[in-house]
Amino acid sequence: MQRQWIALAALVALNAALLVAGAGRGARGEASGRLRVGLVLDVGGLGDRSFNDAAHRGLTRAEAQLDLETRLIEPGDGSDRESAIRQLAAAGFDLVIGVGFIFSDDLRAAARQFPEVKFACVDYSPGQPPPANLAGLRFREHEGSFLVGAIAGLVTRTQRVGFVGGMRIPLIRKFEAGYEAGVRQVCPRCQVLSAYAGTDPRAFADPTTGKELALAQYGQGADVIFHASGNTGKGVFNAARELGKLAIGVDSDQFDEAPCCVLTSMVKGVDVVVEQAILDLAAGRFAGGEREFGLAENGVGFVLDDRNRDRIGEAALLRVEELRRQIVSGAIEVPWQ
Amino acid sequence: MELLGLAFALQVLRISVPYALAAMGGTLSERSGVVNLALEGMLLGGAFSATVGSFYGGAAAGVVAGAFGGLLVAALYAWVVLRFGADQIVAGVAINLLALGATRYLLKLIFDSASSSPSVPGFDGAGWAGLFIALTALCVVAIHGWLMLTPGGLRLRAVGDQPAAAHSLGVDVLAVRWRAVLAAGVLAGLGGAWLALDNHGFVDRMSGGRGYIAIAAMIFGRWQPLTATAACLLFGLADALQLNLQTTTTLLPREWVQMLPYVLTMVALVGVAGRSRPPAALGTPFGR
Repeated sequence: MQRQWIALAALVALNAALLVAGAGRGARGEASGRLRVGLVLDVGGLGDRSFNDAAHRGLTRAEAQLDLETRLIEPGDGSDRESAIRQLAAAGFDLVIGVGFIFSDDLRAAARQFPEVKFACVDYSPGQPPPANLAGLRFREHEGSFLVGAIAGLVTRTQRVGFVGGMRIPLIRKFEAGYEAGVRQVCPRCQVLSAYAGTDPRAFADPTTGKELALAQYGQGADVIFHASGNTGKGVFNAARELGKLAIGVDSDQFDEAPCCVLTSMVKGVDVVVEQAILDLAAGRFAGGEREFGLAENGVGFVLDDRNRDRIGEAALLRVEELRRQIVSGAIEVPWQ
Repeated sequence: MELLGLAFALQVLRISVPYALAAMGGTLSERSGVVNLALEGMLLGGAFSATVGSFYGGAAAGVVAGAFGGLLVAALYAWVVLRFGADQIVAGVAINLLALGATRYLLKLIFDSASSSPSVPGFDGAGWAGLFIALTALCVVAIHGWLMLTPGGLRLRAVGDQPAAAHSLGVDVLAVRWRAVLAAGVLAGLGGAWLALDNHGFVDRMSGGRGYIAIAAMIFGRWQPLTATAACLLFGLADALQLNLQTTTTLLPREWVQMLPYVLTMVALVGVAGRSRPPAALGTPFGR
């Protein structure tokens, strides 16, 4: 009997060691009147080549311009997130930034408890208004998705384009709704095939299902697919590569996932808003409340460079630029659900 | 609607491959009397090591490495439950959590990413995939034949039903169980290799609960290789239907379509498996 407890205890200890191994990086400087900024990353942590890395880029850029003391925390799952936030706030940090909608509730609670500390939440979920010392930062993903939808609608030869989402939650619905409206705007007769990978968060880490969904949509005649599904999208790119069809990336420039086949990517300026929040704080301009970043604020957009310019084509680009101006001016209102 | 076409059939087979390989492993392990919730961890371990193998040595090396990775996870599991007699359910869950943490840790160490590996060589085109599917089918038939028709298979089943009787006839119960669990690791590891190589790389948590589906299929299939595989194909069919119906049907709400595989699992487990009988000594350690 005793031996089996030892074995189980050893397994548990090994688990705990691995969890701890992922968390915590030391502060880079001690308190000295410098601005102290803490960044708490979402599940996935550094090296996700997307969301978290972008937030870290924003922090690094702000660091290059200001004299900052920064601390980065990569929590594991669940309750670690909240304790990471409290730990930073209690340690007297000036600004604590949480990256991901999942931080919304925790940050609101912490902001009430530490009124002298400023907080910011990237992808703050709507509904509950934030207190005055919490900046709820949101993107108008539907506006960027509208533009890549328009590109898809102009590039498609089959009059059919696809959308692969992770989970059907309001955040991902924004991508889908904007994309669909963009396609319809330039190609009223086009059909948008749309599907989701799953019904729980695993749906963002399932390339196998992503690939099968994409193969099904290509098989049904789609020749461009836009994905908003995290790592599940790798499967979409693999399907595109196998069949030589086009795919559209999300969040950051995903050209390298399939150089043959990426039409463009809808990018979110997570780095821009993180950097801006820190610069605002340093300049004494930090403002709480909800803020949205769309095309007008350069918070969202799409990738255009020498690698994909020819794939989109000059005529389509002119049309899309015109649409962009119409959205910025308010002539077109993009649906988000 | 091309639901009955060749492309759809191939899709069903591709989706079923990891289910079937893991379910074969589960069947061998459980028929020998060892509960195997650790299949999920073996799939994940196999997927990760296949990615590493393929990164350094190409797709074929990836397949071998995948089997080896599953074997390693299985060896740890067998060591804990057979050598020390730990509770098999608790140890299985612990192994799955460990596999999650270990793969993420190694991912960061080897590929410097917390979320996914770079693109590695994998199964390109129908040739590789076809070969792998054919080998899986061959595996199923061979395992069924061995388990049901040979003396070795009989010994394994005896160890799972009446270990004391088998022991009294000179069968080394622990050795048989060790071999069964290790074989399960190799098979589930190959299933993991399929997941990784079909997608040219590893993604954190990419096994996505497939090990648990394989367990359900095994129970649904009454712990017999052929029927368990049929159950895997049924689950694969439900998945593929769901994937295709989402975009082609407007009759049913999307949520209902997405529910299909889960509802099927419930019906299968309640309706049929309720009457299926597990090996008599399942989960009972055999002390010396």
